[in-house]
This record gives sequence, structure tokens and C-alpha cells, in this order.
Amino acid sequence: MTLFGDPAVWLPLAFAALMGVSILVYVVLDGFDLGVGLLLPLGDEAEKDRMIAAIGPFWDANETWLVLAVGLLLVAFPAAHGAILTALYLPVAVMLIGLILRGVAFEFRAKTTGRMKTRWNWAFFAGSLSASLSQGYMLGLYIMGLEHTAATIAFGVLTAVCLTAGYGFIGATWLIIKSEGALQLKAIAWARRRLWGVIIGLGAVSLASPLVSERIFDKWFSFPSMILLAPLPLMSALLVFILWTALKHLPAEDDKWSWVPFSATSALFLMAFSGLAYSFYPYVVPEKLTLYESASAPESLFIILLGALFVLPVIIGYTVLAYTVFRGKATELRYD
Amino acid sequence: MEELILSRIQFAANISFHILFPTITIALGWVLLFFKLRFNATGDDRWMAAYHFWVKIFALSFGLGVVSGITMSFQFGTNWPGFMETVGNVAGPLLAYEVLTAFFLEAAFLGIMLFGARRVPNWLHTLATFLVAFGTTISAFWILVLNSWMHTPAGFELRDGVVHATDWMAIIFNPSMPYRLVHMLLASGLTVAFLIAGISAYRRLIGDRSKGVRLTLKTGVWLAAILIPLQILAGDMHGLNTLEHQPQKVAAMEGNWETGSNVPLLLFAWPDEEARENRFEIGIPDGASLILTHDPEGIVPGLNDFYAEDGAALHPPVAPVFWSFRVMVGTGVLMLLISWATVIAMRGGSAVDRLNPWVLRALAAMTFSGWLATLAGWYTTEIGRQPWLVQGVLTTEAAVADVPAPMIATTLAAYLIVYAVLLLAYVMVIFRLARKASSDASVRPHSGAAQVALVPAE
Ligand code: HDD
Ligand code: HEM
Ligand code: HEM
Repeated sequence: MTLFGDPAVWLPLAFAALMGVSILVYVVLDGFDLGVGLLLPLGDEAEKDRMIAAIGPFWDANETWLVLAVGLLLVAFPAAHGAILTALYLPVAVMLIGLILRGVAFEFRAKTTGRMKTRWNWAFFAGSLSASLSQGYMLGLYIMGLEHTAATIAFGVLTAVCLTAGYGFIGATWLIIKSEGALQLKAIAWARRRLWGVIIGLGAVSLASPLVSERIFDKWFSFPSMILLAPLPLMSALLVFILWTALKHLPAEDDKWSWVPFSATSALFLMAFSGLAYSFYPYVVPEKLTLYESASAPESLFIILLGALFVLPVIIGYTVLAYTVFRGKATELRYD
Repeated sequence: MEELILSRIQFAANISFHILFPTITIALGWVLLFFKLRFNATGDDRWMAAYHFWVKIFALSFGLGVVSGITMSFQFGTNWPGFMETVGNVAGPLLAYEVLTAFFLEAAFLGIMLFGARRVPNWLHTLATFLVAFGTTISAFWILVLNSWMHTPAGFELRDGVVHATDWMAIIFNPSMPYRLVHMLLASGLTVAFLIAGISAYRRLIGDRSKGVRLTLKTGVWLAAILIPLQILAGDMHGLNTLEHQPQKVAAMEGNWETGSNVPLLLFAWPDEEARENRFEIGIPDGASLILTHDPEGIVPGLNDFYAEDGAALHPPVAPVFWSFRVMVGTGVLMLLISWATVIAMRGGSAVDRLNPWVLRALAAMTFSGWLATLAGWYTTEIGRQPWLVQGVLTTEAAVADVPAPMIATTLAAYLIVYAVLLLAYVMVIFRLARKASSDASVRPHSGAAQVALVPAE
């Protein structure tokens, strides 16, 4: 076990990386299906069924990444898990109830008609909305060091709105891939309108995190890291430009390029996420607990890592299989 | 103190709600595989019709299982931070293995199982059905390993008050794990057997004469009749195992105060913890001694042995354990009577048609009896472990989070409202699906491949 040096050093780091990947995958994947839920009221009856069909076979597996992320936090950094989740007690509860509502509304709406179906549609929207808002709010409070003051709460509200816009945006870009005709046109318009939310959100977070903490400020605005890090904001700006251009020109003939906005958005989320990860490293609880202070015993981490290294490639394999089986435009969902 | 009680109620409410749905999906997955394999073997599309009807209920239950399970994975951090801080080195890997081996397996293949029949070759669809059933069972395995370890911890050492794993085989195969796993899997099988039998009986009662319903009724009743004796046997052995490792729990289950021989099996009693005695006792002489030691002279532990010097109780609260145990066993006995009575009444060819409507009504009334017994069983087990969270290692009180009581109370109220609505909707939708399937069946001609294609998408 001394193969890569001291396991008490690299194991927590490996787990922080794994956890980061799970959070990122979660935000992109569940982001698009939460986003479709946010957009649901904007479609007409037939379009609603199509929109749901576009996420039907995926949402369940998408949410499993949240379970993995929280699970990794729980098992690898138990002290941080306790500290973060008790500090975010209420927004976590709101998020959970939101996720419950939308998960079940998804099933129930398919089994009813008429007024009941309309109600479940609303439950689906309301669940998606409260899950997105509370996730955004938690992000904001986390950046603010999990303090509860008027200013941090205001910032939380801002990130809540922006992340919700961001989810709506990535949801719309997913629909651009999965739909055709009138619905696709609508999705393009929805995406255009939400791009601003994404830009404001990225800007707010990038400005706020160095201002809140001197440590983060120094990490970004000192020589030579400023030069080394320059690609991050530049790439992000380029991606925003690509998105803006693509949305202006879509739909193209033969449905060409319809995958561009979704891919660019995923890349943009990756950039934003890397920036945050760089800012907060090595802290798991901002400015309070580092990943080394809160990590579980190396023996236990090692056992989990063995499992993870064996299983993750398999998970990725069959996730690809599922996305291949259900590729192409969304059609009516049938249990046969 | 208030935080503790509220957190406990909240945890109990959340996990009770969660367990309802895995209990159904664990066994229903295998039943669906059975339907599918029968169809592959016989080409008889009534099996496929049964598959299509029950896969909808599977999807619904799975959805509820997933969302309530996500709540569970946050609960440890929000309400019991002390749990992971003390035993995280054991609990962590077990929970991680569950997520890695089971959840992804289920979740990824669920899509193919539910919506993929037309998109993938038949063998892949059958395989997906198998993998989903397998995945739910593996989930149950890992979580039950953890739960059993909390009752009979093994394979660890304490360093500075923190549990460190020393022997993973001893942790996984801890003394109560095999009993708990078998008993829970059988419980799941019984819950599904009575669900299928009950819904099929309901469909017969509202006039559905189709062959498909006859088939599922028979499947459900036979499954129940086969599993219930096994369950009673497994329960008995589980009790013996508990007697060895948690005698105070068995004393509470039996409502026995004085350690001694010739202890009666109490059918009814009102345990009074203040007076340390039972009121209104009705019992079978020597019964408890006989069951627990297989000898009327056998010694059964009594609650009076479990008091500290200063008089503080070291045993669990007696009345809830005593009563929930009786609810579970009572339900089990009822299951035995009804399933065997129906099997006997069904002898002969077109027997389902000759079933007395009262038999059908009894089956319909038992539709959700598995839930009742399962919950009662879990309450026996979990309340019986108190005041410990991990037997002998960590008390429940030491693990609770420092969250203001009003906050817990508010979220608890919100959860309870949501759960009540969802439970109601779930039961209503199942009966609604049953009525709809039956009215469709009565307007459509039977047999012929066309029927499969006609099953409406819902
Ligand atoms: C359909 C459900 C069902 C039925 C009919 C029964 N049980 Fe059960 N029982 C469970 C479902 C269950 C359960 C929910 O699955 C439990 C809770 C924890 C566990 O592992 O199994 C349980 C726990 C449990 C325990 C507690 C073990 C402990 O100390 O942790 C005992 C002693 C029994 N059972 C014994 C019985 C007996 C003698 C039965 C005879 C009729 C019986 N059970 C029927
Ligand atoms: C297998 C996984 C399980 C784990 C890891 C687990 C763990 C726990 C924990 C952490 C508590 C909190 C301590 C407390 O409230 O006293 C608890 C208590 C409880 N659990 Fe479980 N549990 C499991 C299964 C279940 C199931 C399936 C049920 C019910 C259907 C259940 C019912 C309860 C009840 C009723 C309590 C409260 C006991 C009391 O406070 O008197 N548990 N368990
Ligand atoms: C404290 C304990 C528990 C936690 C943290 C927990 C967590 C979860 C989570 C997160 C899911 C959703 C997985 C997905 O995304 O697909 C889930 C589902 C499941 N759980 Fe639990 N659970 C607990 C208790 C139990 C118990 C006591 C059992 C059974 C004995 C159980 C059996 C299952 C099964 C079979 C599934 C998958 C099938 C389904 O979702 O219906 N769990 N659980």
C-alpha cells in the first residue's frame, strides 16, 4: 500500500476527486431532467408527454449520482457530512421533499388522466422547482462558508435563482437533442431566454468566492497562478460565445448541430466546477475542515476504493448502454 | 431531550415509509422474471399480460423506493452525525458497496426493463429484468448486513472511542445476518404474494373472468402457501439467535419479568413498567419456555435482570416491543390459515371459478397484510435494541444531532403530510389500475398475439 506513497495522503485526495466527479455528473445529468421539469408548464398537453418521455428512461439513474456523491461524503468524510448537512438542515429537507414529489409525480401522472394528471404535472413542476432552488441556495451558502447572515442568505437566494435558470437552460438544450418540430423550436427559445441566468450566475459566483475569503483571493490573484488559471475563464467565455451563436442559428438542416448546446453547456459546468474545486481545495467544509481532518481511516477508505475501481467502469459501461438504447428523438413511452 | 425524541420519530417515519416499497420491489422483481420466463417458454401471452400489469406496479413502487431512499441517505448526516463519527469505518464501506453494486445496476437497467421491450432483443430484455431483480436483492443484502451488524457487532476494535474494522468477513457475516436476511427476503416474498393474490381476488370480485387473472391468483396463493411455513420456521430460528445475543429484547418480546423455567406464552397482557409486572395476562402454560428452548423446563430471561444499580432500565421499552411482536406473529398465523384454506379450496381443474366469494373477500382484505407484518417486525427489532443504536457500542442518545427541536418538528410534519398523501395515492392507483385492466379485459377478445400489442401504455 505504500506503492503511491502514504495512503493517508493520497486516499482522501482520491476520494475528494471521486466525490467531485459524482457531483459534477449529477449536476449535468439530473440538471437536465430537473430542467425539463421546470419547463414542463410551458408545453401544451401533447408536448408535456414528449418532454417527460425525453427523460423517462434516465432520471432514476441520474439521481443515483446524488446518492453516490452524498454517500462518498458520508463514508469518506463523515465529520464533514455531519457538519454540512446539519448546517443546511432546512434546505436539505426542502430539496428532499421536492425530489420525492417529482419522482413520484413522474410515475403517477402516467397512470391517471384528466384533472388528476394535471395535478401531478403541477407536482412535477413544483418538485423540480423546489429541488433546484434549494440546491442553488445550498451552493450559495456553502460558498459563503455555511454562515447564516442577511448577506449570505441574500447571496444564497441569488445562486438559487441562477442555478434554477441554469437547470432550465441545460434542460432546454437536452430537449433540443431529443425533440423535433414545434417543440424543438420552443426549446431553442427557452434556452435563449435562460442563457442570461447562466451568465449572471457564473459571474456572481466567480466574483463572490474570492471576495468572501482572502485565502481564495490569494489563490487566484497571485503570480504565477493568475497566468496558469487564465484558460479557465477564457474557455468559459468561449463556451458562452459558442452557445450564444449556436442558439441563434439552430435549428439547422437535417437536425445537424443539435447536440452542440448540450455539450457546450456540460463543458461550461465542468469549467465552473473546476474553478470552485480549485478555490476550496483542501477544505471540505469551507475554512473549517480540510479533507485530511475529516477523512475516515485509511483501511476503510482502501476497501471502498477497491470496490469503486472495480465497479465504476462497469457503471459507466451500462450507463452508455442505456443511453444508446434510448438514443434518438423521444417517442411515446410504453411499458412494452 | 426533545431533539432526541423528535429525531427518533422522524427517522422511524422515514425508514418505515421507505421499507414499504423495497419490500415490494425485492420480490416483485423475481415474480416478473418468472412471468417473463414462463412467457418465453410457453409463448402464452397471458403471462405477458400479467407481466405488463405488474410491471406498472413495480415501476410505481420502485419510484417511491428511490425517492424515499434518497431521503434515507441524508438522514445520517442531518439527524445522526454521531453515528458515522463513531462507526463510520464499518458503516461507510457497507453503504458504499450498496450504492456501487446495487443502485446503479438497478437504476440503469430499470429503463430498459420498463420501456425497452421494443427497442432491445428479447434476451436483453429478459436479462435486464433479471439484473434489476438481482440488484434490488443485493441492495437488501448490504443494508441488512449493516443493520445486523448494529444488532450483533463483530470484527472491529475500538480506538479512542472510534470503531475500526479488523475483520471484514466477521463484519459481513455477523451472527444475526443470515437470519435477518432470510427472514426479510421471505417477508418480501409474502408481501408480494398477498399483494398479487389480493389484487387478483379483487379483480375476480368485480367480475373479471379472464384467464390471466386466474393465473395470477393461483401464482399469488401458491407462493404465499409455500413461503409462510418457511417464514414461521425462519422466525423461530431468528428468535433463538436473538435469545443468544440480545436476551433483553427477547424478555421484552415475551413480556417476561422474572428469569426462570416454565414461562408461559402470553397471548395478551398489558406490561406495566412502573410496577414491573403485567396486567390482564392470558397465556399458554410453559409455551415460551417450549418455543425458545424446546423444553417446558427451559430458562427464559426476565426483564428484572436488566436494571442498573441505580434502578435505571437497561432493557428496551416493553409495551411497544411486546405488542409489535404479537402483531407480526398474529399476521403470520392469519396468512397461514388463509393461504392454506384457499389452496385446499382450489383443488381440481377450474377451481378458481368455484372459489367462495368470501374466500376472495378474505384474500382482498389481506392485500397489504405483508406491510403490516413487516413493519411490526421491524419495530420489534429496532425498538428492541434501544437504548442502544449499535448494541453495546453506541447509544442512540450519543449519536443525535444538535438541531433545534422546532426545525425537526417542522420538517417532520412536512414529511408526514407528504407520506400520507403518497400512501393514499399509491393504494388508490393500484386499485384503479386493477379496475382499468379488468374493464379492458372484458371488452377485448382473449388470446392471440394481438392482445399483447394492445396493452395500453401507461
Ligand atoms: C411478512 C412479514 C413477516 C411475517 C409473516 C413474520 N415476520 Fe418476523 N420479522 C419480519 C417480517 C415478518 C421482518 C420485517 O422482516 C423482521 C424485522 C427485521 C428482520 O430482519 O425481519 C422480523 C423480525 C422478527 C424477529 C426479531 C428478530 C430480532 O431480534 O431482531 C423475530 C423473533 C421474528 N421476526 C419471528 C417471527 C415469527 C416467529 C413469525 C411467525 C409467524 C414471524 N416472525 C412472521
Ligand atoms: C437496515 C437498515 C436500517 C438501519 C441502518 C437502521 C438504523 C436505525 C437508526 C440509525 C435508528 C435511529 C435510532 C432511534 O431512532 O432510536 C433506528 C431506529 C428505528 N428504526 Fe431502524 N434501521 C434500519 C431498518 C429499519 C426498518 C426497515 C424499520 C421499519 C420499518 C426501522 C424502524 C425503526 C424504528 C421504529 C426506530 C425507532 C426506535 C426507537 O426510537 O424506539 N428500522 N434505526
Ligand atoms: C438506513 C437505511 C437505508 C438507506 C440509507 C437506504 C437508502 C436507499 C436509497 C438511496 C435508495 C434508492 C436507490 C436508487 O437510487 O435506486 C434505496 C433503495 C432501496 N432500498 Fe434502501 N435504504 C435504507 C434502508 C433499507 C432497508 C432496511 C432495506 C431492505 C431491507 C432497503 C432496501 C432497498 C432496496 C431493495 C432498494 C432498491 C429498490 C427500490 O428502490 O425500491 N433499504 N435505499
